[in-house]
Amino acid sequence: MSHILEVQHLKKYYATQKAVDDISFSIPSGSIFGLLGPNGAGKTTLLRMITGIFYPDSGNILFDGRPYHPENDLVHIGYMPEERGLYKKMKIGDQALYLARLKGLGKQEAAEKVRYWFHKLDMDSWYNKKTQDLSKGMGQKLQFVTTILHNPKLIILDEPFSGLDPVNANLIKDEIYHLARAGSTVIFSTHRMEQVEEICDRIILVNQGKKILDGTVTQVKQDFKENLFHLEVNGPLRPASHPSFEVMQPKERSLILRIQPGYTSNDILSYFIGRGDVIVSFQEMLPSLNDIFIKLVEGTPLARQFQNLQA
Amino acid sequence: MNKTGLVFQREYITRVSKRSFLLLTILIPLIIIGFYVAIIYVSVSKNTTEQKVAVVDRAGIFGPGDLRQKEFSFRLFDSTQAASLDATYDKQGFDGYLMVPPDAVDHPENIRFHRKSEAGSGAQTDLNNILEYIIGRRRMEAAHIDPARIKQLTPDININATIGNESRQSVSDVARGVGYTAGFLIYFILLIYGTTVMRGIMEEKTSRIAEVIISSVKPFQLMTGKILGIGAVGLTQFVIWGVLIYILQMIVPSVFPQIGSALHNAGPGSMLGMLLREARALNFWLIIGSFIFYFVGGYFLYASLFAAVGSAVSDDAQEAQQMVMPITLIVVFSLVIMTKATADPNSGIAVFGSIFPLTSPIVMMGRIPYGIPTIPLWQILCSAVLLILGFIFTTWFCAKIYRTGILLYGKKVTFREMLRWGLKKS
Repeated sequence: MSHILEVQHLKKYYATQKAVDDISFSIPSGSIFGLLGPNGAGKTTLLRMITGIFYPDSGNILFDGRPYHPENDLVHIGYMPEERGLYKKMKIGDQALYLARLKGLGKQEAAEKVRYWFHKLDMDSWYNKKTQDLSKGMGQKLQFVTTILHNPKLIILDEPFSGLDPVNANLIKDEIYHLARAGSTVIFSTHRMEQVEEICDRIILVNQGKKILDGTVTQVKQDFKENLFHLEVNGPLRPASHPSFEVMQPKERSLILRIQPGYTSNDILSYFIGRGDVIVSFQEMLPSLNDIFIKLVEGTPLARQFQNLQA
Repeated sequence: MNKTGLVFQREYITRVSKRSFLLLTILIPLIIIGFYVAIIYVSVSKNTTEQKVAVVDRAGIFGPGDLRQKEFSFRLFDSTQAASLDATYDKQGFDGYLMVPPDAVDHPENIRFHRKSEAGSGAQTDLNNILEYIIGRRRMEAAHIDPARIKQLTPDININATIGNESRQSVSDVARGVGYTAGFLIYFILLIYGTTVMRGIMEEKTSRIAEVIISSVKPFQLMTGKILGIGAVGLTQFVIWGVLIYILQMIVPSVFPQIGSALHNAGPGSMLGMLLREARALNFWLIIGSFIFYFVGGYFLYASLFAAVGSAVSDDAQEAQQMVMPITLIVVFSLVIMTKATADPNSGIAVFGSIFPLTSPIVMMGRIPYGIPTIPLWQILCSAVLLILGFIFTTWFCAKIYRTGILLYGKKVTFREMLRWGLKKS
């Protein structure tokens, strides 16, 4: 599988912080990639290096297999930063046109794309309005359109759903899927784990400038599973005990069990079926990304401490 | 099109198509011209309220040619009517009543004048002059002196100095005025357009569009595009003003003929005539050329300073005002030196101020109208070269501050930090 982006040993130190401290990862083309991390983990700095806003102190970025040259490659990147906005007094259509042309589209082409996307996302009537007339959610939608207008190979979205209502969030989510299916790669930076779980194929988790987790969503969940199962029966549950499991949380009709080494789920089921319980449901409990996130980040200082690095 | 060009285009078009731009651009020349018309109109217009004066001339000093002078028209009455006139001159339609006693030539202080109301000091002075002239003529006749001969012998002195080895006229008075005006204009340009640049950048920062743009354009391109765009707006404005003022001043004399003839008839001895003659001797190509050069150079130099401040402050207008203070102070200080330089173009501080790049755009414009030998050529060249180097340096230095500042939110930046950003290797 080819990689659209490879990041190798990237470092960026500020005067008082190691914002990004030796991070490497690669993103397969056409995937939806989640960049996770608590506030101040270094996500934005990382993204700013990928978008050519900052130069790394050391390390390499390969774009499409070649060393990254922001001047030429920026045309293929669409970046929607977390701190985003628009010119308040400019007409929305002109604004979209301007941003598209800054991405290197010709006048004609830009106008066509703007019209196409405005029509597609039901924004036709906005064209001659000013940005100050838009609600926050409408602004977000416009931001999204201007990010993907030039058909970039790599789309970077930093907290794309903040401020969007569920209907518009779904609309954008569908567009993200479409774009990924059409061959674009999406980097999705957020700390809203349920969205990541739903959308992303792969994730990395960054904390305090370092990468602490990397893999596909399924793989990560497998890696962090605690062998817990949820079992429900159709009647009051009698106390149960068997060498194959350990009871974690007994309730009236259900149980959370931890399977013991050397046994399989079949051993547990055999035991309950054997003693005559009617099983309504039996399910492995995989940790949510949220749990994993909290587990990994917990215990590290919540806010980053300032250190003096100017030796 | 390259990206600086796109930024330039946006800045230019959004600003020029604003309603306030049109209003300001059209209104200001109208105000200036209106002001100029008003001043000339008032200063050249004669005191046109006609004064009718009844005269009882017992000394016989009024000749037939003396009855209409300036705003006064005199009507002679027989001395027998003196008593009734004294009481009824106003009822007969006269503004005043002049009684000239028989000994008026020797004792003019005995002449009496009554009037029904105040006429202002202008009319009073005119009447005095008329009587002085008439009585003076009688006295000369009595002494057998020909008045024409006296006029012939009176010299009319108006020394015209020439400057340097050329036979060129001194232009001091006009040069001072032109220099002052030009320096003042540059002062306004630097402050007004510099602040516009700063506000534009603060707007991009506070509306959070800066990062969106910077992900497709280099910060340097964004900054220079903006500075060039706003500069072009300023230049456009000045060109429109220049053309409008030129056209209007062509039209004005035909609309107000008395102004045109006043300018035309201003003789060589009058103040106006002297100023016009001096103005013609000014080196206008040098002045206009330098004005454009110092406009552009000074604007580039200061705009990048303002840009750096705009990028470093957060959305707090008060903070911006504080940070911009040192820059404003330098500009105001330049204005003070310029005022001194227009009066004494070769004083030490004027020479220094016109060469040092931070003050030279304003101060040199105060000196330039005096022309080349007064202002040595090497000083002009030196000032020009330093200004170019100066704005290259500030642009380079401020671009680095800008690049860091524009993406920094919520933190109050100190001058020391800005200095460090500027000195950082890129």
